[in-house]
Amino acid sequence: MIKLYDYELSGNCYKLRLLMSILGVDYETVPVDFYPGREHKSDWFLRLNPLGQLPVVDDDGLVLRDAQAILVYLAARYDPSGTWYPRDDPRLLGEVSQWLAFADGITATASAARLHDGLFYDVDIDACRAGAHRLFRILDEHLWFGEQEGRDWLCAAAAPTIADIACFPYVMLSEEGGISRQDYPAIRRWCDRLKRVDGFIVMSGIFPASRARAA
Amino acid sequence: MRRPDHNERPAMTEPKCTDHVTLNQWYPLGAIDEAPRARAIDTVLLEENLSYAVAGDGTVAAWRRREDLKPGMPVDVAALTDTLPAISAYGYVWASLGRPPAALFPIPEYAEPDRRKLNAATIGVNVSAPRAIENFLDMGHFPYVHTDILGAEPHTEVKEYDVEISTDRDEILATRCRFFQPMASTASDGGADVDYIYRVPHPFCSVLYKSSPLDETRLDVIAVFLQPLDQEHIRAHMMLCVLDDENEDKVIKRFQQTIFGQDKPILENQYPKRLPLDPRAETPIRADKSAIAYRRWLSQKGVTYGVIPAAA
Repeated sequence: MIKLYDYELSGNCYKLRLLMSILGVDYETVPVDFYPGREHKSDWFLRLNPLGQLPVVDDDGLVLRDAQAILVYLAARYDPSGTWYPRDDPRLLGEVSQWLAFADGITATASAARLHDGLFYDVDIDACRAGAHRLFRILDEHLWFGEQEGRDWLCAAAAPTIADIACFPYVMLSEEGGISRQDYPAIRRWCDRLKRVDGFIVMSGIFPASRARAA
Repeated sequence: MRRPDHNERPAMTEPKCTDHVTLNQWYPLGAIDEAPRARAIDTVLLEENLSYAVAGDGTVAAWRRREDLKPGMPVDVAALTDTLPAISAYGYVWASLGRPPAALFPIPEYAEPDRRKLNAATIGVNVSAPRAIENFLDMGHFPYVHTDILGAEPHTEVKEYDVEISTDRDEILATRCRFFQPMASTASDGGADVDYIYRVPHPFCSVLYKSSPLDETRLDVIAVFLQPLDQEHIRAHMMLCVLDDENEDKVIKRFQQTIFGQDKPILENQYPKRLPLDPRAETPIRADKSAIAYRRWLSQKGVTYGVIPAAA
């Protein structure tokens, strides 16, 4: 069975819990005391991932690190519909990869701001917040134009892809880093759509969509 | 509790804490287990920049931050001068900016040797200390915020409970609280009616006792000790003193962090950020009995930090 080295409050770990829940993939959790224990910097964990970062999965001996890389692997291997990672559509794959890289930018800004405010990480908080707002503006605009064209998701596909999952958590958790989403209505609608995907699960800090349909 | 809209008052322009009730309390600064020995650690308390250190023998010290002792530098704790009152209690370093009471409030269970004693985490929250205490006292949110852990629909009713302000101990006590919990702790193996007792022995600390799934004659102890950074930001230190002979420390911590992580966005979205002490400011329901007692108690004590005092 897949082993997920996991920390509950990590948005990057949640990406994998979320995709595996949607795909109905069974896995076992190995809790890592990221905070306050800094277990991701311990000897045993560094042997698993020399970068000292969560998440890591071990699927029958295949050890992978990096949330985005693991999303690619899990979707390519375990999604029979082939929509979450559309392997046979080069154009779409390019788009997916583009937004996976964008998700790393969100981690470097919005997630860093959250770590600063909540777990006292020493980062340039103003730069993190400004950087997150810059990315959120780009994201909001992209989603707004998509809505005009009848596109619900980040990539030009009828169904969501792992790109949506990769960008979602640290957008949803941004207020914990002092980054309001008030000015990004298209982002809010997109988050709400993702929350209504079958198999959606929450993490601490992210609530389910209301029972009423989104406007 | 239903909260009418208020305009937030700017925090920046006001002076640092001038409220002596608040200044004279003990405050937690950090977990002793997490402090590197004999090294300066920087922190903030009531808008003052402080440092603290834990010596190899467990002795603690705190002082107003100074240039010659930067964070990480070695400190001879015994040789420090110009220090603030500081003690070690319940696994944390506590300090005071004023004249603190001789002893911190008692938690006798902490001395029981078979208990697991942990700092579940110290987490920064964008909330005033009294708002955070009030949320900790509230059982009404369990099914909605801690769904399938501390509560679940349709078990949403907060049944009648008792609240008293104990005058000899100067603390609030809520007893006979009972709530259905699908998973009350890491040691639970299913849903159960759980008994709760809440104590508020300090304006910004609360101690919760709840039924132990392992031993029906004993109670788990979970406390929140708040370190106000300013009137609208805190560091919340979560102390666990529980019965669990099965799970690793990190599993017990994870459970508590999951719950606290669910509360965080609720806490951070409360307006006004400071707790209004005027009884007419917000509309309570029966379940808010302990919150009403808490607001009255703060008012009677004369606490003005992190609150909107009632008009005289």
